[in-house]
Amino acid sequence: MIRRPVDSGDPDRLYTVTGGRTRSHERSFDLVTLIVKESEPSVGMQSEHVRILRLCSRPVAVVELASLLDLPVGVVKILLCDLLDSGKITARHPQSSGRGRQLPPPETLKRVLVGLQNL
Amino acid sequence: MASRTSDPGAAGPSPSALPLRDTASDGLKIVIVGGFGAGKTTMVGSVSEIRPLSTEEVMTQAGVGVDDRSGVQTKSTTTVAFDFGRISLNDEMVLYLFGAPGQERFWFLWDRLFSGTLGAVVLVDTRRLSDSWYAIDRLEHHGLPFVVARNNFDEPEHSLDQIREALSLSPEVPLLDCDARKRESSRDVLIALVRHLQSLSSQENHS
Repeated sequence: MIRRPVDSGDPDRLYTVTGGRTRSHERSFDLVTLIVKESEPSVGMQSEHVRILRLCSRPVAVVELASLLDLPVGVVKILLCDLLDSGKITARHPQSSGRGRQLPPPETLKRVLVGLQNL
Repeated sequence: MASRTSDPGAAGPSPSALPLRDTASDGLKIVIVGGFGAGKTTMVGSVSEIRPLSTEEVMTQAGVGVDDRSGVQTKSTTTVAFDFGRISLNDEMVLYLFGAPGQERFWFLWDRLFSGTLGAVVLVDTRRLSDSWYAIDRLEHHGLPFVVARNNFDEPEHSLDQIREALSLSPEVPLLDCDARKRESSRDVLIALVRHLQSLSSQENHS
């Protein structure tokens, strides 16, 4: 049987996974920030951290990690903060997204259009 | 444990079977908003390179009407589930498509989840037009550019002009027909959105 890492429906257990932290620097991660592993899991590491590192040999978006780990997005962001602080991962933040209500630059829109037309 | 998919029976590669390119570095977002049964997940699935996945976000809000002297805050928790898929546009850019419910509680999380979104597609089911009114109102409130797509399974009962009137859509908002089950049709809706963004961008630069 594969162990279910946490029951995402139970707040007490989520509290345990995140060591009681509720906010941290979660705002530094976007849903589509891409996470890449920089080193292998170490002995004694929390199981959720190990699972994240195993999933991130290639870039994986925060939202995909949340789905694969079956955890709410906010909890995953807190776990990612730990890994980022200890240098186990790097984060590739969105570059082309509009800032606030600003539209993306015309070159970006052109590249998106070409990408879609090539589908 | 298998990852949660919004449609467990759907065929398609699992996410691990189709990892992103090593060079992927720039995530972009488009949100597809619509009422229940409007075809959001169908549209995400028809253009996505992965089988649509689902995830959720929890928001804890301080209760309203708290008695300050008691020093105790009541809290309510809102959970919003959403589907998503992705399209690798080129070596660097990955476009994520989010299917989001148009219901009221969802908009509490909009800024937290979808700030920096390129734009939105409002997917309309003509049998339930009123489901779209609230979504359109909120998108206008957030100042997010959008197009409206009528998901057309059958012979349409109404013309697009009638739909435009019923939704009180301003003339500059693109309105088009689509079949969310078809990849090309869903892609064309996304292309219509990007062209709309281009035209808004050029208006901005000339004003």
